[in-house]
Amino acid sequence: MKPHPAARLFDAFNYAVLVAFSLLTLVPFLYVVIVSFTDPIEYATTPLVIVPKHWSLASYRFILSTATFPHSLAVSGALALIGTACSLILTSGLAYALSRKTFRLKRVIMLGILFTMLFNPGMIPNYLLVKELGLIDTLWSLILPVLTSAWYVILMRSFYLDIPDELEESAKIDGCTDIGVFFRIMLPVSLSAMAAFSLFFAVAYWNTYFNAVLYINDAAFRPMQVVLQLLLIQSSTQVGDPSVAQMLQSDQMLPPQTIKMSAVVLASFPIILVYPFLQKYFVKGMMVGSVKG
Amino acid sequence: MTKSQDTALSADKQVQLPHQNASPHRLRRWLTGWGRTFRQEKYLYVLALPGLLFFILFKYVPMWGLTLAFNDYSPYLGFFKSEWVGFANFKSFFLNPDFWLLFRNTLGISFLNILFFFPAPIVLALLLNELRNMAVKRWIQTAVYFPHFLSWVVIAGICFLTLGGDGIVNHLTVNAGGKSVDYLTNSSTFWALLTAQSIWKDSGWGTIIFLAALAGINPELYEAARMDGAGRWKQALYVTLPGIKATIIILLILRLGQVLDTGFEQIYLMSSSAVTQVADVFDTYAYRMGIQNGRFSFATTVGIFKSVVGLILVITANRIAKRFGEEGVY
Repeated sequence: MKPHPAARLFDAFNYAVLVAFSLLTLVPFLYVVIVSFTDPIEYATTPLVIVPKHWSLASYRFILSTATFPHSLAVSGALALIGTACSLILTSGLAYALSRKTFRLKRVIMLGILFTMLFNPGMIPNYLLVKELGLIDTLWSLILPVLTSAWYVILMRSFYLDIPDELEESAKIDGCTDIGVFFRIMLPVSLSAMAAFSLFFAVAYWNTYFNAVLYINDAAFRPMQVVLQLLLIQSSTQVGDPSVAQMLQSDQMLPPQTIKMSAVVLASFPIILVYPFLQKYFVKGMMVGSVKG
Repeated sequence: MTKSQDTALSADKQVQLPHQNASPHRLRRWLTGWGRTFRQEKYLYVLALPGLLFFILFKYVPMWGLTLAFNDYSPYLGFFKSEWVGFANFKSFFLNPDFWLLFRNTLGISFLNILFFFPAPIVLALLLNELRNMAVKRWIQTAVYFPHFLSWVVIAGICFLTLGGDGIVNHLTVNAGGKSVDYLTNSSTFWALLTAQSIWKDSGWGTIIFLAALAGINPELYEAARMDGAGRWKQALYVTLPGIKATIIILLILRLGQVLDTGFEQIYLMSSSAVTQVADVFDTYAYRMGIQNGRFSFATTVGIFKSVVGLILVITANRIAKRFGEEGVY
């Protein structure tokens, strides 16, 4: 069957629009990546870089040689590791219990959790709670208040609901307790969902910014996003954070723009690294709940 | 087994003692019933416990903090010794000249978001759905999902570095003989900048849920439509769109509940002294008043106002959706 000319016109238009849109999402980021690898002297003289003549790691070498940036990277890394582990244990345990038909409090708890989706008391009561708990200036202030959410629990629960009941029954006949069933049967069976959720959690912790602005004053616990933001708004004229200001002054006179760009790239590096391999897990994790509605 | 025996036994007892009031009996039976299921399910409770504690401590305990709004909270006096002031905080908030400015900015930004950012993933998903080359489709999806995973700090950074005074866009315009424009501190285009940024970051990611809904449409419907002589345009109009209508409505209801939530990190990061007049929203105001100026009670009032309006909007939108025969959120 020959396609209608109007349909072919639409197809051409459709490809053009979608390719243009996807380029538009990638190009600004690519530009930052390219400049960050450009020879600083070349950038300083001709800042209109599209394809640099000389590539260089100078700005990366500099930013990783400062005291502040690598330290904040380590804080963010620790945050992502500890936080993801805690979130995963807590979310999967609750979601699994809520997915069991026999669990008597199921309905009450589900309603209680759903309500938190509709009503949020806001920033100040949350802040005061964290303060009263004595968590200010600890890594826990960035983990405990955001361990999970109604949305994650519901998504994960729908995943457990999809696992056939016979698996649980046969394990119980073999003498497994609910905890045994959970660890020996359910976790291995749901490995791909666990992968998706660990990624969601890890990305959220890695991107932690505002909670750190609220709860962290001590530079020792500053995650990288906060340092990045201080670095981005800082210029030579502004008096900001001295330890961050130092990062813009190298003895080789690197232009601040390239330093900032390499910091942006470093801040997104783990995501760039895992993204292409794990994209399908992210998508699967999202789909689990949305198809069922 | 034991369960049926037990109920039979207690039923016997009830027959034996008809003169006794039945209610304590029923209570006891209810309690032993609970005790038994609790023993049977104790490990489920163990698994659920950390999560339950989390929701109680971090979602419900702060709700108690809402009473702060009716209080003149002072950190020195503590919660119980601070003075109760009734609706004084609300009054000073609503009578504040800042209120209308915040109201205008919040609604303006939200309105632009609903008008442009909300439909963007739907349009994108519909276009993606029409692609027949699966390899190209996957490539495009990979590209458009990507910015979702970047933090707002990185997104803001990319904006500063590309659109700012020293960015590539201005170098290009100057090179082409134009004048350098600072897109970031222009208050008349600030809202448009925020909307464009949201579309850039999240419209690709938003397609996932619509693509899932599209994949759920029964293919026979398309076949039937083709039999009736529907072209691709007609099929999209009469099969595809109705197929995702329910999803669109649910998401729109949820979005309406967040009309006063404008994406705090984004605005906080993008605003500068040049754009305060158009960038200050309820969230940034609450932050400034509460955390920076220590006016906890007043800032809580702002938060309550936001949450209550959001709740009312969700309930109303849900009712309207149900009246029109749609499923709604709950």
